[in-house]
Amino acid sequence: MIVTYLLRRVLYGFATVLGVLLLLFVLFFLVTTPDDIARRALGEKAPPEALAQWKVNHGYDKPRIWNPEAPTDTMLAEHFKRMLTFNFGNSDADDVAITRRLREGVGPSLSLALPLFLLDLPLAIALALLVALLRETYVDRLGVALCVLGMSVSVLLYIVGGQYVLGKALRWFPISGFDPRPSVILRFLALPVAVGVMSGLGEGVRFYRTVFVEEVGRDHVRTARAKGCGEGRVMIWHVLRNALIPILTQVVIAIPFLFTGSLLLESFFGIPGLGALTVDAINNNDFATLRTMVYIGSLLFILGQILTDLSYAFVDPRVRLE
Amino acid sequence: MEPYVVSNVVTGVLLLAAAVAVAATRNRLWRDAARELWRRRPVALLAVGLYVLVALLDSIAWVGGGEGVALARPRSVVDRMFPADFQERSYSAPLAATGLYGGAPLRYPRRHLLGTDILGRDVLLQTLKGARVALLVGGLTTLIVIPMALLFGVTAGYHGGRVDDAVFFIISTLASMPGLLLLIALIMALGRGTVQVCVALGITGWVGFCRVARGETLKLRELDYVQAARALGASSGTIIRRHVLPNLAHLVVITFVLTFSGLVLSEAVLSWLGIGLDGSWGQMIDQARDELARDPIIGWNLGAASVALFGLILAVNLVGDGVRDVLDPRTRRERP
Repeated sequence: MIVTYLLRRVLYGFATVLGVLLLLFVLFFLVTTPDDIARRALGEKAPPEALAQWKVNHGYDKPRIWNPEAPTDTMLAEHFKRMLTFNFGNSDADDVAITRRLREGVGPSLSLALPLFLLDLPLAIALALLVALLRETYVDRLGVALCVLGMSVSVLLYIVGGQYVLGKALRWFPISGFDPRPSVILRFLALPVAVGVMSGLGEGVRFYRTVFVEEVGRDHVRTARAKGCGEGRVMIWHVLRNALIPILTQVVIAIPFLFTGSLLLESFFGIPGLGALTVDAINNNDFATLRTMVYIGSLLFILGQILTDLSYAFVDPRVRLE
Repeated sequence: MEPYVVSNVVTGVLLLAAAVAVAATRNRLWRDAARELWRRRPVALLAVGLYVLVALLDSIAWVGGGEGVALARPRSVVDRMFPADFQERSYSAPLAATGLYGGAPLRYPRRHLLGTDILGRDVLLQTLKGARVALLVGGLTTLIVIPMALLFGVTAGYHGGRVDDAVFFIISTLASMPGLLLLIALIMALGRGTVQVCVALGITGWVGFCRVARGETLKLRELDYVQAARALGASSGTIIRRHVLPNLAHLVVITFVLTFSGLVLSEAVLSWLGIGLDGSWGQMIDQARDELARDPIIGWNLGAASVALFGLILAVNLVGDGVRDVLDPRTRRERP
């Protein structure tokens, strides 16, 4: 049973990957054509021969969709073949192999995203539980109001303000930079992690509070209370455990971002991860890297979704995989 | 056609449409809901109204008036509240008489309420003009998103089968791409302009609502009165128009308000990455990102844009919560 479900789910996931690749082809070969890409790299006034040479050098020189002599020798086929075999080729901007860039970037990205994730989630859940425990009191109202305030602040202000307050005014942390040596890495990561946790907290707490409050209103919680359970035990044992499904969804959705990195945090605080790589690709019109990043992000996302669906079955006995 | 003429025409059409919509709403439920919303969130509604007013005033522009260069340039009502060449050489502090560097006297001493930015532009004027960009991003995009999502969602939910499979595949493909990355890819491919950014935001934003519309239609289709209408021989077009769409209307309003703030915040992030809209608050924040490092600190630029952005998002979020409480019957029951 579970094997057929898994097989079907993986096949559908693969179809989605193909859909993503098709969309990328439409965007980066049909909407923005290889000619446009070459022109952006070389400038508007570049001579046609230079454009043609650039296209040959960067592997953009085949017919796009239809080649009467050899139907498989097109950009379309090439695009799918390269992406599906993880053979991403070289960057459009400086001809460095994209795979090497990715390998170099994963470490810094993970070293920022993992602590961020491990701090953010328990903190949000704990605060949400507390607020839900004190629901309909002033603490709850204040908590919700603070969440709405926090959600309304742009992440940009958290970044600029956080750097100013924690880095410059209080001088707790270095204002930016990165050093992978274990003895000093924490000094550089503390500030971006703190800013990241702050910026996501409002939305997180509010989301989990809604989940918990909804769960509190259910009959089984009333029964638990009626048989004499303490309020703390009710929250942990009856509410938290039953709210695991939405929590799990959030967790698995967050996992791909661990790898693709937080674009804004990395580029602002000078952490040489995958997010910073993407921002560089935008600034340099590096379409090959951009394509790869979108593809990898989607791939991880799809994997995450499959894992979520599977994990539902382990967490919730009511869910049957069919 | 000149851009300012387009802007004038669009503003006129929008105002007319809004007036007609309000006047034509005979339904007591909507009027009650509006009154209830006003009772719950008067301040937030007033704040949103203020932003809308500034944006409208900034959307109506004409050529003429003033002297010199300003004569040939179309200027909006908001522009006309300030002198035509309200510009200094570079930074000046709020209400300062001299420039920040060098101490040369300003052309308009003590007139720049919020100071000037690095190019000498008045920060207050720029902040006011940002309202139009923000509402354009939120409003224009939602106007793209909602019809598209309704069309696909309702068709898929109502007809089911192959159509549903196809729509669901499109939705799940778009949903399986991390939002910001998809947004960046779209803008890099489509180019950088107002319409392009709005279309890109629309393509990433319609998925969630399409899913909701599809799910709700699936539910509505099975209700007794819809079955009865079908048994009486009503065509699917009639059923969708008379029974499905009216029952989705409250979702449309809720989604409109809840998507709005997300869109404006996304635009700010895009500006930070250098692919946003000209004149937005995000762009002002982006330009001011390193100014806190200067000595003396220059904070008025960043502060004005951040406060304006925060105010709009907070007001819209509060109105959004109010709208949801008033219109969605489910949230009322949840309160224990």
